[in-house]
Amino acid sequence: MADTPTSEPRKVFAPWLDPNQKPLVRFENVTKKYGDYTAVDNLTIDIFEREFFALLGPSGCGKTTLLRMLAGFEQPTSGRILMNGEDISKIPPNKRPINMMFQSYALFPHMTVAQNIGFGLKQEGKSKAEIDKRVDEMLKLVQLEPFAKRKPHQLSGGQRQRVALARSLAKSPKLLLLDEPLGALDKKLREKTQFELMSLQENLGLTFMIVTHDQEEAMTVSSRIAVMDKGIMVQVDTPAEIYEAPNSRYVADFIGDVNFMEVEVLRHEGAQIIVKSATLNEFKLETDSDLKDGEKVWLAIRPEKFIVSKEKPSDDQNMVQGKVWDIAYSGDTSTYHVRLEDGTTLKAQMANRRRVRNRDITWEDPVWVAWSYRAAVPLRN
Amino acid sequence: MNHSFNWGRFWLISIPFIWLLVFFLLPFIIVVKMSLSDMANAMPPYVPTLDLTQGWSSLMEYLKQLDFENYSFLMDDELYVLSYLSSLKIALISTFLTLLVGYPLAYGMAKMPEKWRPILLMMVILPFWTSFLIRVYSWIGILKGDGLLNSTLMALGLINEPLVIMNTTTAVYIGIVYSYLPFLVLPLYATLEKIDHSLLEAAADLGASPMKAFWQITFPMSLPGVVAGAFLVFIPAMGEFVIPDLLGGSETLMIGKTLWEEFFGNRDWPLASAVAVALLLLLVIPILFFQRMQEKQQEANS
Amino acid sequence: MNPTRFNWFNATSLALGFGFLYLPILILIIFSFNDSKLVTVWGGFSTRWYVALFQDEAFMEAAWVTLRVALVSATFAAILGTMAAMVLIRAKRFPGRMLFSGMIYSPLVMPEVITGLSLLLLFVAIGLDRGYWTITLAHTTFAMCYVAVVVSSRLLSFDMSLEEAALDLGSTRLNTFFQVTLPIILPAIIAGWLLAFTLSLDDLVIASFTSGPGSTTLPMKIYSQVRLGVNPQINALSTILITLVAIGVVITSLLGKRQAEKEGKQ
Repeated sequence: MADTPTSEPRKVFAPWLDPNQKPLVRFENVTKKYGDYTAVDNLTIDIFEREFFALLGPSGCGKTTLLRMLAGFEQPTSGRILMNGEDISKIPPNKRPINMMFQSYALFPHMTVAQNIGFGLKQEGKSKAEIDKRVDEMLKLVQLEPFAKRKPHQLSGGQRQRVALARSLAKSPKLLLLDEPLGALDKKLREKTQFELMSLQENLGLTFMIVTHDQEEAMTVSSRIAVMDKGIMVQVDTPAEIYEAPNSRYVADFIGDVNFMEVEVLRHEGAQIIVKSATLNEFKLETDSDLKDGEKVWLAIRPEKFIVSKEKPSDDQNMVQGKVWDIAYSGDTSTYHVRLEDGTTLKAQMANRRRVRNRDITWEDPVWVAWSYRAAVPLRN
Repeated sequence: MNHSFNWGRFWLISIPFIWLLVFFLLPFIIVVKMSLSDMANAMPPYVPTLDLTQGWSSLMEYLKQLDFENYSFLMDDELYVLSYLSSLKIALISTFLTLLVGYPLAYGMAKMPEKWRPILLMMVILPFWTSFLIRVYSWIGILKGDGLLNSTLMALGLINEPLVIMNTTTAVYIGIVYSYLPFLVLPLYATLEKIDHSLLEAAADLGASPMKAFWQITFPMSLPGVVAGAFLVFIPAMGEFVIPDLLGGSETLMIGKTLWEEFFGNRDWPLASAVAVALLLLLVIPILFFQRMQEKQQEANS
Repeated sequence: MNPTRFNWFNATSLALGFGFLYLPILILIIFSFNDSKLVTVWGGFSTRWYVALFQDEAFMEAAWVTLRVALVSATFAAILGTMAAMVLIRAKRFPGRMLFSGMIYSPLVMPEVITGLSLLLLFVAIGLDRGYWTITLAHTTFAMCYVAVVVSSRLLSFDMSLEEAALDLGSTRLNTFFQVTLPIILPAIIAGWLLAFTLSLDDLVIASFTSGPGSTTLPMKIYSQVRLGVNPQINALSTILITLVAIGVVITSLLGKRQAEKEGKQ
């Protein structure tokens, strides 16, 4: 990459890679049990200032428990939670410099929008003038100035969401927790709000920690994603790494669509590894992970990495033959379900660059499915 | 749309409507009329009586004999004014006392684990189904001079002389609080239980101590339940007869008791009717208020 | 509200609250088995007051009158109250609707002395001899309002599309009521009937006004005894009544729970 003297390359934000960085929050061997049920299992993780950290997982994976322990509503069964190096486990929720935006918004129904936003400041014993000033600022921030005197039930879903956000930001918390903050909004509004949240976080220089079960949302907003399952963090990484280099079938499957193929490693040929599927041909693989000959692994291939064609593709890639079984049209892309010779089905996604009526591949067509040597990610189970 | 007359609907409305007109509204009109009549030593014990067989002139004659004498008597005789005021005072104080006992109870119930709540609720409802008379009666054995309370306290050496509670207004307070406690707890519990726990978490998250969160969130949000419960205690307590009669003494004046004595003791039906009308006028404001609230609640629910 | 961790304040208020509610009843029950006639002195276990009670013909007579009044008035009240509830919830517009709903809700808060007095004056005015039937009429009138409130709250949550579906499938209105609406609101009607039944069993004031010679109800009998002071025979009677009510409440709440579970599963 050629550096031009006028513009420095933008510095990548990755404090977790810097050993000298002090974390804002550290979970240290934190375990939470409810009777026999282990919600969070011996978990250790650092979260840094200015991060937008996403906890992603199915319901019951322990992500909300983690958030509630941080807010102070739950106590860890064992382990410590540190904030700026100090153990906060014993501090009650009302004394923590952490605020939370609740999934249900938890707006006080008997108070106006302004009273809701000013609630936290009032608890600190701030003067009325100070509170009013800050409330006005927050109303401006979330563009709700005309609604200050309304009660929550007189607002739309999106407006309530913004009141909840303003209320949790009013005290300028060191850390803002967001529990499924956009779960109640429709798709369009969600996408718009995701970008608002991101720019807010960046402009105010705050640290956000978000819980979500929506993988697209996690991918869009966060600096790092922790994929959780049964109380443990399966993988913690940037959205791109999580997507392109999942470390397990679970993560690959949870994030986006994926095809799995079980293969045996036959031999290494320079940079390339030759693998063989039990029912299909041999394939070539280029990968950073070090695989041993004779080992059995799963290949994970994203649907959009496939190229479907009627003509035989060029020789510098892997390919299999099959028949188009089904086509799912979704506007910008079409997903082809291709039935292979061994009876398995591959999902291949192609952008619809041409008008659909002109497309040349249709049901029952014999086709080639091709992918590059680097497209498949080998996963040990 | 079908414009033919809907007989089913007609009967559905008419039958309960006519029943209520005959057995609820008409009796009231008679009470009002009676309160304008005079007592007489006859059977029935009042004049005038209406005899419609005598025609128009007798009706006019009849109307001429009606007067407001009973009401001016009510205003003049201290006994009635005092018993109104005393009823009001007793009802207000016992409503407040019931609230003091009932609020912590309803709050404690709402805070119990969910699986316990139906049982606790049933335990509150159970006395409500038990005979009112028996529940009032059960206090006589406890409160009377040589009753259980005094003998226990004396056995413990806490007092030397028996406390005089039975046949005083204090006993009436205890009786009302005891009898009407479920009426207050039920609506209050229903509102407290509905309060979303995440609101209290949000309050704590924003820096409110548990005490502050209670006064700023829980209490204001429970006010509809408090008001509904308070009315359910206050209104019947105003007209209460059994409790002051069994537990109260001669100094306990309550309007329900006065009415009863006027009717059964003095056989003065017209005066008893006047007392009833006056009591009703006194209760009309809280009753209307309560009804408005109920309707609003129903609208909110539907 | 969610449960919080064990909390001394809550535990204490529950213990005190329920202690206050139940202690007097408990004492009553214990002393009904007291051999001594004195309430404060325990004279040993005995069931003699129960024996005396069952041998007292006046009590048994009064109990029989009360039971008959309660059964008949609760049944009438359930029918009239259900009709009234249908009117309250379904008939949005008819002449006198305000008056109608006012007359439904007023008896709930009306002092009993006024209801009793007014009904008595009505019976005198129309020349009806006071006795069993006048008590029954009086009880039906105030109990139907309670039934109406119970049933109308069930009707409020009733899914109208069920009736519409039945009509759409060709059922007549009357048929729809009996085959669709009634089975669904039946638990509420039964609850209303039980409420009416208990209110009637319990009533002293209205019965005192509207009864005549020869129709003394049990509460009236109890009242006349209780005025004279504590009476172990009344303790025995109270114990029997409380036990019956407790069994009834437990059974209905178990039935209600089963019903709720059934509905929850659907």
